[in-house]
Amino acid sequence: MSFAPDSRLFVLTNTVDAFIILNMRISWRTTDSTLLRDVALVCLADGIVGVSFGATAIAGGLPWWVPVAMSLSVFAGGAQFAAVGVVLAGGSPVAAVAAGALLNTRLLPYSLAVADVTSGPWWTRLIGAQLTTDESVAFALRQRDATPAARRQAFWTCGVTLFAVWNVAVLLGVLAGTVVRNTAAFGLDATFPAVVLALALPTLADRRTTAAAGTGAAAAVALTPVLPAGLPVLAALGGLVCLWRRR
Amino acid sequence: MMPVFAIAALAGLTYGMRLAGPVLRGRVTVPPAAQQLLTSAAAVLLLALAATSTFTQDGGFAGWARPAGVLVAGVLAVRRAPFPVVVVVAAAVTALLRLAGVH
Repeated sequence: MSFAPDSRLFVLTNTVDAFIILNMRISWRTTDSTLLRDVALVCLADGIVGVSFGATAIAGGLPWWVPVAMSLSVFAGGAQFAAVGVVLAGGSPVAAVAAGALLNTRLLPYSLAVADVTSGPWWTRLIGAQLTTDESVAFALRQRDATPAARRQAFWTCGVTLFAVWNVAVLLGVLAGTVVRNTAAFGLDATFPAVVLALALPTLADRRTTAAAGTGAAAAVALTPVLPAGLPVLAALGGLVCLWRRR
Repeated sequence: MMPVFAIAALAGLTYGMRLAGPVLRGRVTVPPAAQQLLTSAAAVLLLALAATSTFTQDGGFAGWARPAGVLVAGVLAVRRAPFPVVVVVAAAVTALLRLAGVH
C-alpha cells in the first residue's frame, strides 16, 4: 500500500506494537491513549487550518455559508482551499471544481485501501466514505501488522474527531473573519501551504516521484501569471512524464 | 463567487471517489502500475498546490514573508516536528516578518 501517505508525520511512537504482542489486555488501553494523543495532535493542526480556511474565505468576500457548506459536504482541506483559491483569484467555478476534484482523485486509491475498515452495514460504509481523508487513512494504515480491530478503531477515531473539529474550526474561522479582516497580519495565509507541504513531503517516496513533483511544482509556479487560476496546479501533472524516463 | 452548483459538484465528485472503495471492494483490483501512477499524481498535485499557494497570490508573487514561513515549516516537517508545531511556526514566522516590515 505504497500510496498511503507515510505515517511518519503523525506517528510519534510505535512501541505500542510490542505491547500488542506481549499482552493483549494491556495493549488495548495503551493503543487507546497513544491513538487519542496522536489524533488530538493532528486535529489541533487541522483545526488551525480550518480556522484559517473560514477566515480566508470571509476575508475574500465570500458569504459565510460557502466555507461552512463546503466543509460539511466536501470535507477535504486541500480541495476546499484550492477551489476557494481559484474563485477568489477570479477563476471560473468550473475551474474551481476541476482543481478541487482532481486533487481529490487520490481519495479513490485511499478508499480502496481502507475498504476493509469501512465495511459493515450500508450506512457504515456511507459514513465511512465521507470520513476518508489523508489523515484517517494514514492512521488506519500506519501499523501494517495491526489487527483489523485496531485499524478500524484508528480510522473511526480519527475520522469522526476530525470531522467534528474541522467543521467547528471553520465556523470559528468564519466568525473570526467577520471580526478580524486582516488575516495576513497573523500569517494565516502561511498555514495552508505549510500543511500541504507537510502532507506532500512523505509522499515523495522515491527519486522519480520527487523529480516529477519538483518539475510540476516549478512549472505550476511559473505558469501562474499566464494561466487562468486553477489550471497551473493541474498543469503540474505534466511533471508525471518524469516517471517515463529511463528506469 | 462560489455558486451552490459548484459546491454540490465538488462534493458529489469527491464523495464518488470516496465511495469507490467500499463499492468496488473485491470486484476490482487496481493494477500496481496504475496504483503507482495515482500515488505519484497525488504527490505532484500536493507539491504543486503547496508551491503555488506559497509563492503566488492573485496571479503574482506573494511576497517574501509567506515563503519564509513555509520554508521554516518545511524544515521542521522534514525533521519530524509535531504537526501543530509546523503549522503554528509557519504562521508565526510569517506574521513576525510582516510585523518587522518584510512583506
